[in-house]
Amino acid sequence: MLKVIARRAFGLAIVLAIVGAMVFFLTRLAPGDPAALMLGDQASAEDIAKLRETYGLDRPVLVQFGLWLKEVFSGNLGHSIFLQRPVTQALAERAEPTFFLAVFSLLIAACIGIPAGIASAVWRGRMADQAISGFAMLAANIPSFWLGLIFIQIFSVRLGLFPVAGYGSPDAGLLERLRHLLLPASVLGIVNSALITRFTRASMLDVLDADFVRTARAKGLPERKVILRHAFGNALVPIVTVLGLTLALLIGGAIVTETVFGLPGIGNLVVSAVLRRDYPVIQGALLVVAAIYVLINLAIDVLYTLIDPRVRM
Amino acid sequence: MESAPLLEITDLSVTFRGEAGESTPVRGVSLSVNANETHAVVGESGSGKSVTSLAVMGLLPKASSRISGGAIRYRRRDGLTSDLAHASDGEMRRLRGAEIAMIFQEPMTSLNPVLTIGEQIAEAVRLHLGYDRARAKARAVEMLALVEIPDAARRADDYPHHMSGGMRQRAMIALAMSCNPALLIADEPTTALDVTIQAQVLKLIDRLRLETGMGVLFITHNLGVVAEIANRVSVFYAGEVVESAEKRPLFHAPRHPYTRALLDCLPARAKRDENNRRILNPIPGQVAPVKAGCGFAPRCVHARAWCHEVAPALEAEDGRVIRCHRWQEVA
Repeated sequence: MLKVIARRAFGLAIVLAIVGAMVFFLTRLAPGDPAALMLGDQASAEDIAKLRETYGLDRPVLVQFGLWLKEVFSGNLGHSIFLQRPVTQALAERAEPTFFLAVFSLLIAACIGIPAGIASAVWRGRMADQAISGFAMLAANIPSFWLGLIFIQIFSVRLGLFPVAGYGSPDAGLLERLRHLLLPASVLGIVNSALITRFTRASMLDVLDADFVRTARAKGLPERKVILRHAFGNALVPIVTVLGLTLALLIGGAIVTETVFGLPGIGNLVVSAVLRRDYPVIQGALLVVAAIYVLINLAIDVLYTLIDPRVRM
Repeated sequence: MESAPLLEITDLSVTFRGEAGESTPVRGVSLSVNANETHAVVGESGSGKSVTSLAVMGLLPKASSRISGGAIRYRRRDGLTSDLAHASDGEMRRLRGAEIAMIFQEPMTSLNPVLTIGEQIAEAVRLHLGYDRARAKARAVEMLALVEIPDAARRADDYPHHMSGGMRQRAMIALAMSCNPALLIADEPTTALDVTIQAQVLKLIDRLRLETGMGVLFITHNLGVVAEIANRVSVFYAGEVVESAEKRPLFHAPRHPYTRALLDCLPARAKRDENNRRILNPIPGQVAPVKAGCGFAPRCVHARAWCHEVAPALEAEDGRVIRCHRWQEVA
């Protein structure tokens, strides 16, 4: 177990190194210059050069990379060019909505997808299965921005149940902030439930015909126990995998939904940073998201060992 | 001497619906199992022996199959008789595992890989005997010891993948025996095991039968196993019982041409009888569903024209039944 974690931690370091290098050089390959963008059309070449010097953008790229690495290793992701504060601070400010949105959405997606997938597999080929598969197909293909707009129209504008957008005033209580998240989380939950439904269905179908499920029935267990304890218990590995990947995707990329609902999350931060070529912010955010990705994968692996004794060493 | 058999299957037919239409892999099967008796069902794969056992357990796939005729009368512990062919799901569930237990062919896949052996046995015990957690666990250990698994207390916490095939089949038997069943259905329980392990498992089942007085319905394709364990034998061919007799008369004086051919294929017998050794005719391609005539006729060396046209009825003679037009001539 410890060996596994140690090996994965090593993997984490390598992934982060690769991501760091790629992010650093790729962002600089994109045309555009933060100094020019900051100063606007009227700026003289002299002013731009001066600003570039301030941020060290005039130095050779490799030197910049070396300086950045040095910073990163001391736990400092640099200083935002536009936001006038450290990248870590900017990220921390934006982390909460993104984190809660991701967790919330995943919960909703799992609460829809897992029971739907189980029901679909158990009643395979019947009406319920076809209805659920049809719903999943629909959910997978609905653009989240469209569903978001529809939800805002119905639940916020018409019914007035939820705020239209935003994350509440900065001093709003946690409950008030979570209320702002309910609609966007429902949108993401529904859209992401499709994949979970399909994985759960496929995984359950694999095990429902297994010999040990027949053994469970031969014991005289009620069907509910046969399905939930014996079949579902063995179908969990792929389901946990897809849950983890969905969470990682949600943390890294709920950009469209954050935009539609005006949530001040990481997605929004990254988009504006890209538009302004705010290199330190792009680099820092992507590095953090990559780290979270790897950590979630590590958590999935640890969960495997809890679910399936055959994985334990 | 028991008055009525423990299990009495009469004229059982099972029909499957498939893409190619309906098929009836079990047609008019009758057999009975007494308490403290092992009734072996022997036949090739596809002869309907496993389907018959699943019908008794009520484990036929509901979506694609149904019992299309006959009755499965089971004499319950409370003295009443249930017809398992028409029992409700609830009634079947109360009997399964509690009074009628089953062990399967594949010990490697028949146990749940994510639960310990002890948990899987305890689950049945808690369900049917109403034991609490601790007592059920103790019962599981006791059962594992009963099936001669060494160091049972420790083994109860093992997962199936920690065990060898023979060990897992013992654990399956422990699970099946845990609620003191009156009837044990063993569907090819030794087929997937090494020969030496086979013998041990057969001995174990026979010992448990003697100790508990349960009836055993033993499904196999292996006549060597039948010789070892059976009191009574029913030979299945193409979904029908073609011959049923006590073991001794069946082995010494087989009546049905198929039984005779099967016995002639046994190596020991073939050697003894080198000169007039008969080999079973090969299967004539895909066996078409039997429309008329004897199901075995296409492979029978004794078949005459009418064998292909008129289905033989079961004839009784001196404690045995034979389904053949010509058994008296060829025997």
